[in-house]
Amino acid sequence: MKLVIIDYGAGNIKSIQFAFKRLGVDAVLSSNPEEIRNADKVIFPGVGEASSAMKMLKESGLDTLIPELKQPVLGICLGMQLLCNHSEENDTKGLGVFNVAIKRFSNEVKVPQMGWNTITSLKSDLFKNVENDSFMYSVHSFYAENCKEAIATTNYEFNYASALQKDNFYGVQFHPEKSSLAGEQILKNFLKL
Amino acid sequence: MLTKRIIPCLDIKNGRTVKGVNFVNLIDAGDPIELAKQYAEKGADELVFLDISATLEGRNTTLEMVLKVAEQVNIPFTVGGGISSIEDVDRLLKAGADKVSINSSAVKRPELVNELSNKFGNQCITVAIDAKQIDGEWIVHLAGGSIPTELNLFDWAKEVETRGAGEILFTSMNNDGTKAGFANEALAKLSEELNIPIIASGGAGTIQHFIDTFKIGKSDAALAASVFHFGEIPIKDLKQELKKNNIAVRL
Repeated sequence: MKLVIIDYGAGNIKSIQFAFKRLGVDAVLSSNPEEIRNADKVIFPGVGEASSAMKMLKESGLDTLIPELKQPVLGICLGMQLLCNHSEENDTKGLGVFNVAIKRFSNEVKVPQMGWNTITSLKSDLFKNVENDSFMYSVHSFYAENCKEAIATTNYEFNYASALQKDNFYGVQFHPEKSSLAGEQILKNFLKL
Repeated sequence: MLTKRIIPCLDIKNGRTVKGVNFVNLIDAGDPIELAKQYAEKGADELVFLDISATLEGRNTTLEMVLKVAEQVNIPFTVGGGISSIEDVDRLLKAGADKVSINSSAVKRPELVNELSNKFGNQCITVAIDAKQIDGEWIVHLAGGSIPTELNLFDWAKEVETRGAGEILFTSMNNDGTKAGFANEALAKLSEELNIPIIASGGAGTIQHFIDTFKIGKSDAALAASVFHFGEIPIKDLKQELKKNNIAVRL
């Protein structure tokens, strides 16, 4: 199986590569459109700020490629947010795969949300053998609103969509690669989709 | 519900843990990777590695260690010590560190916080502050608490928040090493005045101290070294007790 992690200069992708290596899969880091298009599975990572990440995607033409992918794609953290319509973070237009807006938590809570929180209302094969209320590690100031495409929700200030799915596109706000055994199960499930 | 974090801190010199570590069933107590794995299995929520290498070679060895920890450990970790530039942070994040912690370099050049936060996002920038209470005022200190600055803890913490720090790691020099509890009054004030997470550090001796720092000190996370390294407080027992006291933890 060929697993490609899209390398567009955003954030720490080593952790994701290592997490798959622990599962016995060698993931390839690539920004090559051909290689991404021909992969069996694609990981769309992202750490950092939305508008500069989107700028990097545009410069490499990946902004048009990604929404057209047909194989299972997993967006992680900012990767998930960029798959949505729009982000409040520097008023950034997203790739529009998920029909949902990304907003900022209010100052009623500590921002960023940093640490382990539970995922619940699990609805997809991505969460096979993952128990409701499993703990996942997240670090983020912006969130996807709860919506039709939500396949998991998490409570921080309110219930937000901590995972999304539409067709072959999956997105998780948390970091499965840093979320101990439950996180590993999600990555295993993604490999089997 | 977001849980309170328990964070063991390991001092690293030339890629090895220093200061005593006394774990049962650990053949090589100086191996940070083995220690990190054990802590992850025992339920630590995060790890902090503090690099106290004095030489460039020592720091490069630490970098290799960071790569191995990232390879083998499935919980997040922060690396601190001697970080003073975008290049330093870039190297550590590329090696697989999730966050970095800066301290003296931020005091010397506060713009560094803005630069790092703009480049890498505030979620991976922890600002560590060592402070000592002198005549009722909390004064920021450098070099492990030996050099006083002109800065007031609360003013400085607010400034780094504005500049883009993602969280604060506050060590009370008055409490550090005493095993008499965390500086909860100052911690609670930080937590009320700032809107980013606060990690309590310095003074952990008993389980009750952790309960107090979460309840009275309003801390988001608690960091400790010796009570964990010497098995005085097993992390599982600590978390069970926290839960009994209605403190949200990951079990």
